[in-house]
Amino acid sequence: MQMLFDALSLGSLYALGALGIALIFGVMRLVNFAHGDVISFAIFALLWPSVDAVAVVFAGDLPWFLLIPFVLAMGAGLSVLSEIVVFRRFRRANPATMMIASFALGFVIRYFLLMLFSSRPKSISLLPALSQPVEILGARIPLLQVITIIATIAILFALTAFLKRTRFGLEMRAAAENFTMARMLGVRANRVIMGAFALSGALAAAIGLILASQTGTVDIQMGAAVMLMAFIATVIGGLGSLPGAVLAGFLLGAASVVMQTVLPIDARPFRDAFVYGAVILVLIFRPQGLIAARGSKERV
Amino acid sequence: MSVARRTISTPVILALLLIALALMAVFSGSRPFNQTIIDIFLRVILVVGLYIFIGNSGVISFGHAGFTCLGGYAAAWLTIPPMMKQTLLPGLPDWLMNLQLPFWAGAIFAAVWAAIWAAVFGKILMRLSGIAASIATFAMLAMINTIYSNWESVTAATSSVVGIPIVRSIWPYLIAAILAVFVAWAHSISRAGLALRAARDEPTAAAASGIDAPKERLVAFIISGAVMGMGGALFAHSIGVVTPDTFYLTLTFITLSMLVVGGMGSLSGAVLGVVILSGLIQGLRWLEAGVSIGTTTFAIPNGLQEITLGIVMILILARRPSGIMANSELNWTRSRSEDPGV
Repeated sequence: MQMLFDALSLGSLYALGALGIALIFGVMRLVNFAHGDVISFAIFALLWPSVDAVAVVFAGDLPWFLLIPFVLAMGAGLSVLSEIVVFRRFRRANPATMMIASFALGFVIRYFLLMLFSSRPKSISLLPALSQPVEILGARIPLLQVITIIATIAILFALTAFLKRTRFGLEMRAAAENFTMARMLGVRANRVIMGAFALSGALAAAIGLILASQTGTVDIQMGAAVMLMAFIATVIGGLGSLPGAVLAGFLLGAASVVMQTVLPIDARPFRDAFVYGAVILVLIFRPQGLIAARGSKERV
Repeated sequence: MSVARRTISTPVILALLLIALALMAVFSGSRPFNQTIIDIFLRVILVVGLYIFIGNSGVISFGHAGFTCLGGYAAAWLTIPPMMKQTLLPGLPDWLMNLQLPFWAGAIFAAVWAAIWAAVFGKILMRLSGIAASIATFAMLAMINTIYSNWESVTAATSSVVGIPIVRSIWPYLIAAILAVFVAWAHSISRAGLALRAARDEPTAAAASGIDAPKERLVAFIISGAVMGMGGALFAHSIGVVTPDTFYLTLTFITLSMLVVGGMGSLSGAVLGVVILSGLIQGLRWLEAGVSIGTTTFAIPNGLQEITLGIVMILILARRPSGIMANSELNWTRSRSEDPGV
């Protein structure tokens, strides 16, 4: 039971991250390496610049119903800004160039945070009420895990509804499938791309919130680990396929947690090596991903 | 004119450029500057190693830092004095424990060791292409990193392995860098290199002409793995210490950025990317340390170095999306030649 919740909550983080990357990849074929730094930025936006070990809270004292929108808005804002300032210039560039540009952007964001906050991890108590354990079917589960899972499911449903039921969502799906065709049929490219960046940034901010309240610390590297796993999930899910990204995110989370318990003690430190080995196996048998996105097949 | 004669000017020009840098270091006589040039040569080796695979196959690899890691640790195993190994790395087999090679022999074995693993991984990974291949190579890097970070008895886990003999002379690094450039050139005009570039540009036509893309990719992967392994060994000798995280994401992205900024499809681009970005980094570090003009000292705040570097990279890529050299090479005639031999 404990394991199930561990797997689900870790999987939720990966799934949210993978969604953020897949959304942007879908509309502009950009693998956004700056995503992890957007995660960190959104959380640091809550703090005053300082180099102390205990975070000097600024907006973090807001009541939760203001705090959450604030963080989400920061993430979305930074993400849209990065589109306008940087990625707009790379619309026609090849994927490798865009990838490196996004990495360079992430570098800039990270060192900007470093200048203001130093690289020292800071302790922060964000929404402390959530760390109380609750009892579910005889297992003691931190309330936060439950909320993480529920929030992820809610986000997934909201996102599905948004993509399927609204005009904007329809445009975005059309653009993801065939960008040129969608433009010809009157979808405004800039609007759709900015929408995708805003959504992706808000998702990044959500991850930041969850991570910060889970661990009680923030540091400028915190986004990087999730981003890598999310990136892998996006690819094994089938690049550009949103359901695939979510599925693969949960699978990766489950694989990590299950291997942690199943592997013999001696092999446990090497858990990640086994997880990555599994990733290679999946790629070899399904190079197009678990759920291949339509239109992503290489045409000859 | 044969392909070799038509294209030899590129590696010769690049070698002359590297020699000029080495002479600058020697004549300046300054130790820190010497070290800076050594760092540049090391990056030249690594980025040229990346180019051999990425440039010719068009597949972005995030995994090559793994081969550098293999090479660096192999150098540590082979060149640390046996006495120190006893305490530091007690899990090594006896024959390796009692062995102490000179650094150049260690570097050769490191290259072979990395090439063997490149062959093993490549055999599995090279049938993938595009982004799936990139992620698979990254997974390979992460596997290598996890193993080296946890296998206490032979890699000292995450603590640093010290006692690797430090080589301060600039010449071995210069020779290795020039060697890497010539290896890359020889591969790119060889049958395997030409076939691989054909498969990169026109996969269907190449397959129809009987080119076995996975096989040619494997060849490039092994050669580049060997160059990266050699680079890793020399890297270890330049600082005397190895840790698994020296050879992880930062190194991956720095080398990859240099390659893309210089021009992914060009050997000259690989070398120039390193020289230009390294020059920029060095200049900014210098500013960070402070410059005295008259009696006042100007210094830029810490962190601004990396920020400026990132911004400059974005600007270069925005102006020249295919990198500084794009697909062309430096040569005598200054004509914008296409890929050599095509």
